[in-house]
Amino acid sequence: MADGQGILVIGELAGSELALVTREALSAARSLSGALGGEPVSLVIAGTDLGDAPQQGISAGADTVYTVASPVLEGTPPDAVVAVAERAAQVASPRYVIGSKTLLGRDVLPRVAFRLGTALAQDCATLEVDSQQRLVATRPVYGGSAIAKVACLQTPAVAALRPKSVEPLEPDASRTGEIKALDIQLDDSVVKAKVVDRTERPSEGIRLEDAKVVVSGGRGLGGPEGFEPLKDLASLLGGAVGASRAVCDAGWLPSSYQVGLTGKTVTPDLYIAVGISGASQHMAGCSSARAIVAINKDAGANIFKEARFGVAGDWQKVLPAFIDQLHELLQ
Amino acid sequence: MPLRIVVTAKQVIDPETPASAFRIDPQALQVLPPASVPPVVNGFDEQAIEAALQIKDAAPDTHVTVLSIGTSFAMDVMKKPLAMGADELVLVQDDALVNSPDPSVAVHVLAAAIRKLGDVDLVLCGRQASDWDNAQVPLGLAEELGLAVTTIAKEVAVENGLARVERVLPDGSETVEIALPALVTVSNELGQARYPTLRGIMAAGRKAPTIWSVADVGLDVSSLTPGLELVGLALPESGAACEFIEGEDDADAGRKLALKLREAKLV
Repeated sequence: MADGQGILVIGELAGSELALVTREALSAARSLSGALGGEPVSLVIAGTDLGDAPQQGISAGADTVYTVASPVLEGTPPDAVVAVAERAAQVASPRYVIGSKTLLGRDVLPRVAFRLGTALAQDCATLEVDSQQRLVATRPVYGGSAIAKVACLQTPAVAALRPKSVEPLEPDASRTGEIKALDIQLDDSVVKAKVVDRTERPSEGIRLEDAKVVVSGGRGLGGPEGFEPLKDLASLLGGAVGASRAVCDAGWLPSSYQVGLTGKTVTPDLYIAVGISGASQHMAGCSSARAIVAINKDAGANIFKEARFGVAGDWQKVLPAFIDQLHELLQ
Repeated sequence: MPLRIVVTAKQVIDPETPASAFRIDPQALQVLPPASVPPVVNGFDEQAIEAALQIKDAAPDTHVTVLSIGTSFAMDVMKKPLAMGADELVLVQDDALVNSPDPSVAVHVLAAAIRKLGDVDLVLCGRQASDWDNAQVPLGLAEELGLAVTTIAKEVAVENGLARVERVLPDGSETVEIALPALVTVSNELGQARYPTLRGIMAAGRKAPTIWSVADVGLDVSSLTPGLELVGLALPESGAACEFIEGEDDADAGRKLALKLREAKLV
């Protein structure tokens, strides 16, 4: 596949809708296509029921959509998605392959790159084409302490786009494209890692990822009881509670509360961090917030480097007065 | 047959290194190891070692090999897994093994080393390394070795030729069964890795690591061509300076913070 052409997007579904991350990846692919003189953008989507997703893919920027509908894809096992993506890359023979750095993408894209005999640029915040038509990506490294720029030397170049790095295109129902069933035989034997049990613990109230306000606590809260006022504050502001990794590792809250590089990435309008030092690991999960407000006893804490407003003081004294005053203001 | 486990471990710059000590050389495109902060074994890899040792606790004849690659090693740091209870430490040390932006270089070398170690039932890896957070080596390794793979484990048990893996999901967990030989990546939810005991430290002192070169594992250094090139490295631009809200006391500062957020239309 030395002479690839065009861009292939490895798509994801949310239910039977095209996932937002895939609309973002298609938007990035259209920009790259523009830089390559209009090379075609294709999309592969796989699931048990694709619903209207293929058409949504065309509206969101794809010229060709390869589809795979199979019961083997129940629960989207990475083993099956890898096989689909590999096959799609063989058929489309692209110059670039773009996916999303999601729970699924993290399991799938490195394996796809490896099978294609090429390298994956991971966790890309930006993607561009250089003068030699190489794909060049910027990405945070060392937990965001540095930004690296990497150029892909092989074809196809594979990149995992960091969610929420690119605005999706406005869906355009007048766009036209081709929908084709991908020629692949899938059977259960492809799935080597078998899910035998799944326990969902849906978060109470607003999902962290969707919340407009997130109130997060760290080790500085001293224990699980420290989170009680944070819960009050979150409910007052119609937001959700988050936590640093140290809090979840200590068992004060379940890991579903964890904000950070290995936890959830949140993008609220307001992120209130209480007793959080702001290790880069944590900031990677919240630095896209519109405004960060920090309460921490150490004025030199890293969190204040990214905060818009801060109080350097004892949270046990600052927080009750802050909450009381907010109550008054919001009445 | 006793179970044979290989755990991969990477020596990294301590991720707790304060931002003030974090330096890069933007010309050489290198992160400069902080002189004042010693390196550590990547935290997730320590948890992978812990997962292996828990399996060994249940089946004491299990053999645990810890495998690392790099240009040079801080031996007191890299011997920690032995002190924790691993049986063997294998280091592939070669000037060619600089921290490449392309994880597939590490994949080829680790895979060759694991093949040289012989029949392995289970490979455990940390979910990602705290330097580049690529989370790619384990998956590439599984592909190259033809192993079934699952990721982000908080519990790994082995019985009857199967690994039973409890995986962390964003809002819950799932149990995955995977036939051996297999590769599993381990996450921090597994829990704090055990501390070396004094006896463990003494025993580790007497064990010499096996040191191989790239040629020793049957690879030609010239075949290790990266598919990614680092073309830039910079410190992030710092955001707007923080406005510190002060008051007569902490409570007063809290009240003023609320008024400030209202004024800025953030609440």
